[in-house]
Amino acid sequence: MMPSGSSFDRPFLQVTDLAVAFPTEDGLVQAVDGVSLSLERGKTLAIVGESGSGKSVTAQAIMGLINRKAAKISGQIWLDGQELIALPQNEVQELMGSEIAMIFQDPMSSLHPFYRIGDQIIEAIRAHRDIGKAAARSETIDMLRRVGIPAVERRVDAYPHQLSGGMRQRVMIAMALINSPALLIADEPTTALDVTVQAQILELISNLQDEFGTTVILITHDLGIVADVADEVAVMYGGRIVELGRTAMIYERPEMPYTLGLLSSVPRMDKVLPERLDPIRGNPPSPIRLPKGCVFQPRCDYFERVSGGACLTVRPELLPSGPDHFVRCHLRVEERQQIAQDVLRVLAGS
Amino acid sequence: MTMETGEVLRATDLHTYFAVRSRGIIPRTIGQVKAVDGVDLRLDRGETLGLVGESGSGKTTAARSVLMLVRPTSGKVELEGQEITSLSARALEPVRRKAQMIFQDPYNALNPRHTVGGIISAPFRVQRVEPAGGVRNAVLELMERVGLNPEHYNRYPNEFSGGQRQRIGIARAIALRPKLIVCDEPVSALDVSIQAQILNLLRDLQREFKIAYLFVAHDLAVVRQISHRVAVMYLGHIVETATREVIYSAPLHPYTHSLLSAVPIPDPQRQKRRTRIVLQGDLPSPIDPPSGCVFRTRCFQAQERCAVEVPPLVEVAPGHQVACHFPITVGEVPAKVQSAHAAAPGEDDGARDPVTGVHFYEPGPPHA
Repeated sequence: MMPSGSSFDRPFLQVTDLAVAFPTEDGLVQAVDGVSLSLERGKTLAIVGESGSGKSVTAQAIMGLINRKAAKISGQIWLDGQELIALPQNEVQELMGSEIAMIFQDPMSSLHPFYRIGDQIIEAIRAHRDIGKAAARSETIDMLRRVGIPAVERRVDAYPHQLSGGMRQRVMIAMALINSPALLIADEPTTALDVTVQAQILELISNLQDEFGTTVILITHDLGIVADVADEVAVMYGGRIVELGRTAMIYERPEMPYTLGLLSSVPRMDKVLPERLDPIRGNPPSPIRLPKGCVFQPRCDYFERVSGGACLTVRPELLPSGPDHFVRCHLRVEERQQIAQDVLRVLAGS
Repeated sequence: MTMETGEVLRATDLHTYFAVRSRGIIPRTIGQVKAVDGVDLRLDRGETLGLVGESGSGKTTAARSVLMLVRPTSGKVELEGQEITSLSARALEPVRRKAQMIFQDPYNALNPRHTVGGIISAPFRVQRVEPAGGVRNAVLELMERVGLNPEHYNRYPNEFSGGQRQRIGIARAIALRPKLIVCDEPVSALDVSIQAQILNLLRDLQREFKIAYLFVAHDLAVVRQISHRVAVMYLGHIVETATREVIYSAPLHPYTHSLLSAVPIPDPQRQKRRTRIVLQGDLPSPIDPPSGCVFRTRCFQAQERCAVEVPPLVEVAPGHQVACHFPITVGEVPAKVQSAHAAAPGEDDGARDPVTGVHFYEPGPPHA
C-alpha cells in the first residue's frame, strides 16, 4: 500500500519511482512517470485508468516486457527481495513464466495458432522445470480441467482456433498458472468477453488465487470488476498514480477529482437513473504534451479553488490523506473531502 | 395510421440465415447459421429500443437486417409504413435517407483519406440534397452541434481521438435528419469518461430531432441509461422484451436474470453481497441450435418440456413479453440458484466452475 517504504521490511512487490519513456518521431512519450506502489503477498491490486493512463505500460515494466533498447526505464521494482530493473535480460526471462505470469485481453497474443494447446502448456512447464513429457502432459490435463475446460482429454490436442473465446481465455490462464507463479498480472483479462463468460473467468481467477496464494495485479477500466475483486486500487492518469488506497476507501471516500469523475461517468445499474450522466469534460492528455502542473488540471472542475494557480504550474505529489490512502491533488484535504461528499450524494440519487 | 401512432419501424417475423458451404470445387450448402430466427421489432418516433445479448446472439445481424445491409431470408421490414424488404437496391436508395447507422469502431468507420468536412457532407452528395445555405454551412453547423470544432473542417480522421471520431460518425448519421439510427455498440470502444459524453450527446440529439434509436449493445448499464424499451436476444431469438423499468427490476426470463446478475456493480460492499448466476458452458452453435428452447442447455430452470416444446414469446403483462415455460421472479432466483448449484451433477465432462458465489441477487432500484 505504502508508495514508499523502508527497505528493512520490504513487501512482496514494491515499485519505487518507476518511469518509462519511449522516444518517438513526435517527441518523448512519458508513458509512466514516477509510479510507486507496493503489494502484500496474496492480495489483489487493481490499476484503473483510461487509455493512455500508463496502466498497461506499468504492468509490462513489472513483467519485464519493455524492450530496454526502445525505451528508457528508471526506478526500482522489487519482487520478493529481488530487484528486477537492474537484472540482466536473460535473468528476467527466467523469472517470466515461473515467478511472474501475465494474461492478456486477447488470448491469441499468448497462444501460437500452429500448435496444439496441450503442447504449448507442456512446453511452458518444461521450459522452467526438469520434468518428463508424460508427467508434464498429465499436469497439463489436470490444470485444463481445473480452469473448466470440458472434455479435456479431447481438447488438450485441439488447436486454439477450435476453441471459443472464453475457452481460449481459460487455456491462457491455465498456461499462466501452470508453474504456480507468485505474481499474476492480468491486463484487461475479460474485456473481450461477454458478461456471463466474464463472470466465469473472474470467479476462476479468484478461486485459483485462493488455492495458490497468488498475488494479482489486475489492469482494467471497469470499475465494476474492481469493486468485485480488488483489495487495493491505484487510479492512474497521464502516467501517474493520482489516487491509491483500499478498495472500499476509493469507492466510499475518494478524494482526487479524477476518481470522482470516473465514478460519475459510469452508467450504473444499482442507482436511480440520472437524467444525464455527468462525465469528465474534454479528452485525456496527449502523453507527448502533458500539462506542466497537475496532469488532470485541464479537465478538472475545481482547479480554480487552489490559490496562486498551483495546479497549472506545480506538479502535485502523491501524499498520504488518512491511513492507507494517498492522493495527488493540490486541493486542501477538507475541501476535496467536501467536494467528494457532495458528488457522491448526487450519485446516490438523494 | 403510421403517422398517428408515430411508428417508425416495424419488423415482423424476421429471419436471416447464412448458408454454410462445403469446401471443394463445387461447394454445396451443408447447413445454415440461423443468425436471426423469427424476430419482431417495433420502434416509435423518438424512442430507443435497446437490443442486448452476447456475441453470437444475432443482435448485430438483426440490426443490419432492419437496414437491409444484410438481406433478411424472410420476414418484413416497414419503415414509416413503407415495406422495404421487397425493394431493389436502387429503390432502397431514397429510403436510406430515413435510416442511418453508427458503428462501434470509430477508427474503421471513417475513410482515412477524406477530410472531416468531406465525410460529413457525403450524405448530401450521395442523396443529392442541397440544404438551404449550402452544404458547407450545413456541415459546419453539424460539427458545432455534435461538439466538434468547426475549424477542424479540413482535418483528417487520424488527427482525432476516439471520442471525437465517434462524434464525426454521429454528425454524418444525423446530416439528413433520419427518423431512425441503428447504433451498433457505439460506445463500447470508448473510455468511460468519453462514453458518457457520447451517451449524453445521443440523448440530446434524440430529444431535439425525435430520432428513434435501435441501440445494439452488450453493456447492460449503458443500455439502461439510454433505452426506453429493451429486447434481450439469445441465439437468434428474442427471449424477453419489456420497458426498461420492467427488464431491470422485474425480469422473468432466466437468461435475463443471468445477464443482470453477471454485471459487476461499482460498489464493493454491494457487489460482495450479490448472487451471481454463473452460466455453464458456451453458447451452442447457431448451425445446430438446441431443440425446444434455445437457452435450455444453460438454464437453471430447464425441465424436460423445454427440450421438446419451443416456448412462444407471450405477453405476460402489457408490453412485457417472455419466451419461457418456467419464468421466474427476481425474488425467487437466489433460492433456486443456490439449490441448483448444491445439487450440481457433473454434466458436460466437468465444464462447471469449482465454486459459485452465493451472494444476494439484488434487483435494480426503482427508476426516477
